[in-house]
Amino acid sequence: MKNLTTEIRGIAKKLLEDKRVDLIVGFERGTLPLRSTPCFVRRSEEVRRLIWNASCENNLARYLPKRTEKIGIVAKGCDTRSIVGLIQESQITREQVFIVGVPCSGMIDRKKVDATVDGKEIFEADERDGEVILKGRDFELSVSQNELLHNSCQTCSNKNPVIFDALVGDKIEEDGKVDEYKDIKEFEALSSEERWQSFTREISKCFRCYACRNACPLCYCQECFVDSSQPRWIGKALNFSDIAIYHLIRAFHTAGRCVDCGACDRACPIDIDLRKLTKKIEKDVQELFHYRAGMSVENIPLLATFNPDDPQEFVR
Amino acid sequence: MQEMIISKKQIASFLNNLIRQYKVFAPIKRDSFVLFGEIHSSNEALLNFANSKIPPKEIFFPQSERLFAYSLTSGEAKIKEPLPVEKRLVFGIRPCDAKSLVILDSVFDGETYKDVSYADRRGKTLVIALGCNSPSSTCFCTSLGGDPFSADGSDLLLVDLGEEYVAQVVTERGREFVEEQNEYFGGVGGHSLDAMNDVVRAAEAAMKPKVKVGEIKEKLDDIFDDQIWSSLSERCLGCAICTYLCPTCHCFDIVDEAIDREGERVRIWDSCMFPLFTLQASGVNPRPTGKERVRQRIMHKFSYFVDNYGQRACVGCGRCIKNCPVNLDIREVLNSISNR
Repeated sequence: MKNLTTEIRGIAKKLLEDKRVDLIVGFERGTLPLRSTPCFVRRSEEVRRLIWNASCENNLARYLPKRTEKIGIVAKGCDTRSIVGLIQESQITREQVFIVGVPCSGMIDRKKVDATVDGKEIFEADERDGEVILKGRDFELSVSQNELLHNSCQTCSNKNPVIFDALVGDKIEEDGKVDEYKDIKEFEALSSEERWQSFTREISKCFRCYACRNACPLCYCQECFVDSSQPRWIGKALNFSDIAIYHLIRAFHTAGRCVDCGACDRACPIDIDLRKLTKKIEKDVQELFHYRAGMSVENIPLLATFNPDDPQEFVR
Repeated sequence: MQEMIISKKQIASFLNNLIRQYKVFAPIKRDSFVLFGEIHSSNEALLNFANSKIPPKEIFFPQSERLFAYSLTSGEAKIKEPLPVEKRLVFGIRPCDAKSLVILDSVFDGETYKDVSYADRRGKTLVIALGCNSPSSTCFCTSLGGDPFSADGSDLLLVDLGEEYVAQVVTERGREFVEEQNEYFGGVGGHSLDAMNDVVRAAEAAMKPKVKVGEIKEKLDDIFDDQIWSSLSERCLGCAICTYLCPTCHCFDIVDEAIDREGERVRIWDSCMFPLFTLQASGVNPRPTGKERVRQRIMHKFSYFVDNYGQRACVGCGRCIKNCPVNLDIREVLNSISNR
């Protein structure tokens, strides 16, 4: 990872010095173990703030919509697919972005780390040869990094950027065998009543902080439907119906656009399994329309186009 | 300050007995996190915890609170107001959160304004705090004049000595409570007091103030137009995690939720981080971007609140630091401003 950091800094420095970009969006070291934080660099002397490691979990494409500058953005595989989506939807132009693509073998899920140490505080964490060493007040644990990765990373089939202007490091071999819909298939196999119970249980935890929406690169509406008062689509109090409708509608609004980057899931402070909804919709999109979001800027967004072969079982 | 001892062996029976007399709130585990919830049996209480994810302000200032309900039937409007609460007790609140209640009191139960439902809940709740033997690295109460064993805001403060708690009686109400529950409390011996002093000193030593807030108000009042706010706020997502998880944040909105001829007026938590917070009917928004909103958040807590209520609206609990999705750390913000 050290080499990737050096490479990223080198590319960033050149981009800024050559004035190819006005701004670099990347990651810098966070203030807690296993955390990094989005970093905005405008001066070439500051590129040494940039780092790359397994804590760079945010989707930085979220900072692109409606920007007017030329931006160099550090992007993982999933992030590049979000960037494709934003270009397709005219939220940023291809010419504006210089994509520094980083092949990614997965980001660490701090909620899994928390569970591993039973909620105890971690003072120090080191990544070494595929292991993560966690040190606390009265413990030191070595855990396989793979076990600690986000669920979306463990089943990722886009480790390599789908679009880039510079590629950092070596391409990673994609694991064609992993079934990214395994959890969803298990969920689908449950009875209607079981699925409703599971959904209710998860969604009832929500307290409408909108971290999920705000972390998503595709949620860039000037006025989100939840904030509309004329008409008022849904209420704002903690009423289960309103909470459920918020999540269902947001999931549908991202249908055909969501790339399963997991940013929503990672942002949620109370560990709601948001990917159950978003991944299910993504699976439906794949099966009904044979479409995968964010793969190429040449593609037309799914719901903006019609194909005579589209499924029409609802027409009787 | 009067001190008593309560053995840990007694705690289960103590809590079960209290549950018969009070509505008891204690730290409970819900899936992967801790919050303060009502317990119906002592074994639901989790006493080995750092701090709850959701702050206990919820017990006094619920996130979604019905102010009244109404129904309209041929020419008549029936209004249903909520009933006053019964007597309650919160057990195991941390000193930072107990202090947050004092801060909320200045807004909701102060000299000029008294919020009826907050005052009702606050007046009827006995607060038993639990001091922090092992503060987290994200805790910074001492930087703000707090302390892991501060009694500010509690009626009784417990110090964990391993096999027993020393219970410090803080208020008259706390004293009456100890008398009422005297079968559980015993006299405290010298060795326990020594052990208590050791525990307190160790915790305080682990929490040397590291965040520079000495002259933060003067600095803030000086740098309103400084460009530092652009860089400090650039990564903020504008969600409400820091607001909702903050024990002192207290802004709210009031909404009317109705279907046909029945409805209710509800008070809900709001956040200055939301774009709608200062959106005026004219369409003008004096805080149009995240920069103005982040600036406002910091200025409110460390300058405007000081002007209005003589205290800073932050207790150093660290929840915003731990839970921010982009690791925007308020300690860094404060230090950056102090160093400007």
